[in-house]
Amino acid sequence: MAADTQILITSDKDVVTARQQGRAMAQQTGFSAGEATLIATAISELARNIVSYANQGSVTLKPVHGPNGATGLTIVASDSGPGIADVNLALRDGYSSSGGLGLGLPGVRRLMDEFDIASGAGSGTTVTITKWLP
Amino acid sequence: MQREKNVPNESATQKNRAAELVRSEPKIELLRELVAHLRQNRTLLREEWVARIAEAQLLTAMTQEEIFAEATSVYDSYVAALETGTFEALQAYARNLSERIIPRGVETHEVVGIVLLLRDVLARSLFAKYQTDFEKLNRILDAYEPAANRIANTVAVGFVQERERVIRQQQEAIRELSTPVLQVRERLLILPIIGVIDPQRARQLTEQLLRAIRTNRAKVVVIDITGVAAMDVTVANHLVQTVEASRLLGATVIVTGLSPEIAQTLVTIGVDLGKMNTVGDLQGGIEQAERLLGYKVVNPEQGPGEGR
Amino acid sequence: MQVPILKQGGVLIATIQAALSDADLLELRTALVQQVVRYRSTGVIVDVTAMDVMDSFASRTLLEISHMIRLRGAPTVIVGIQPEVAFAMVQLGLTLEDIPTALDLEEGLAYLQQKSRNIN
Repeated sequence: MAADTQILITSDKDVVTARQQGRAMAQQTGFSAGEATLIATAISELARNIVSYANQGSVTLKPVHGPNGATGLTIVASDSGPGIADVNLALRDGYSSSGGLGLGLPGVRRLMDEFDIASGAGSGTTVTITKWLP
Repeated sequence: MQREKNVPNESATQKNRAAELVRSEPKIELLRELVAHLRQNRTLLREEWVARIAEAQLLTAMTQEEIFAEATSVYDSYVAALETGTFEALQAYARNLSERIIPRGVETHEVVGIVLLLRDVLARSLFAKYQTDFEKLNRILDAYEPAANRIANTVAVGFVQERERVIRQQQEAIRELSTPVLQVRERLLILPIIGVIDPQRARQLTEQLLRAIRTNRAKVVVIDITGVAAMDVTVANHLVQTVEASRLLGATVIVTGLSPEIAQTLVTIGVDLGKMNTVGDLQGGIEQAERLLGYKVVNPEQGPGEGR
Repeated sequence: MQVPILKQGGVLIATIQAALSDADLLELRTALVQQVVRYRSTGVIVDVTAMDVMDSFASRTLLEISHMIRLRGAPTVIVGIQPEVAFAMVQLGLTLEDIPTALDLEEGLAYLQQKSRNIN
């Protein structure tokens, strides 16, 4: 299994790097072009949040094995920025990115199979998403 | 008495110290020696390996020339991995090899089998070479075994992953075949959906339709769901997403055959049916599609030449 | 990295390459509006065929471009969205609202032609 890859995110150029590497690793893991696009899009949104709200953070790409021998890709987007005071509010669909208002988190959750977020005011944010091969 | 007792202890200590000194001989030196031996005896060992492959009746799907060619590559990659201690090149080679031999019908047990046979052939030759020096043989094996096992693992896993990828591709192709997107006229596609749709099939249908829109340069798509009994909220969402995604590709979607139950489900998830293009039945949908495309609809009473 | 903008009669055609940074997109927005004014263009086509990912920022910026150019009285058509990208967009809830879209450049030009015919 390929090793984890970590990409430091400090500017919008890193957003592009993160999603390109994410796409490459997704295809290497065995995802189709379409699925790789979904993954790359999710990574783009999360990396973008880091740049917009935390100035700096990282995106880590991890190939994973699940129960029953499933293969997948986990992405951890982490920063030590101001954090999200009300996580539930950010996850509600009124905060979707279509109006350009929010963090795009509900959308990211729709794109992936698993979604987890840990955040609090002043304590940074870590979003962990996973997609499994069918 | 005590001295006699001490003597065996002393020689035991001496032996241990000697063993320690010898064990501290760097593993790298041993591996280098091992690799040199494997390179020197390449022709001989490879022949022996190919013979054992035939004996075990493996790779029967391949010709002798092919087996020989692949055996040479595998042998060289094997030795290279032992030499460098890195496995990326081997992984890449394993994937490559798998891509070549899977279509030939080679199975997992065969690939695992031949790699293990190579490991055995090489181990035996080490036994033969160092049979007079038991200590050294042990040390060489200490260096060889973990590396050899990792190699076997790498190749087997590479093969299995490639095989799984191929199977997934085939499954995808089968699913596609079972729901054709039909082109009835230029720029017009029809997607009749029949039976039960689960979220995965729904997603696959959407992807298929979008690709078809691009390939056929369709401007109108008629999705007929007359044959769909019921639709849960997830699948209904997929339908809405399909309509929206098709629009992004410049195509208008007409949904036909909407039953009252499904209409209700759509309303439940917040779809404004007024904004969705719906027509009662497939025929009506096709006619509307033709109008949208600029074809005039010919009435049976009128003669030819009235429409396009 | 600058996005090339071609002028074809009264239409401006911007062809986006892959791996476009945020700054590049914003630069494009400014350049397009400037050129629409300078050339009194009657329509704009943004070709995103090479865009491998359309995220919220890209979507938002395209919407802004469309609205700003609409203030100048010209329509903007987005062409060339790839099937996989369209799929990901709708999952993310990005529908490009009321911006007209077409399959490719050819269709986009046909759309603009038809639109101007209808107006006249």
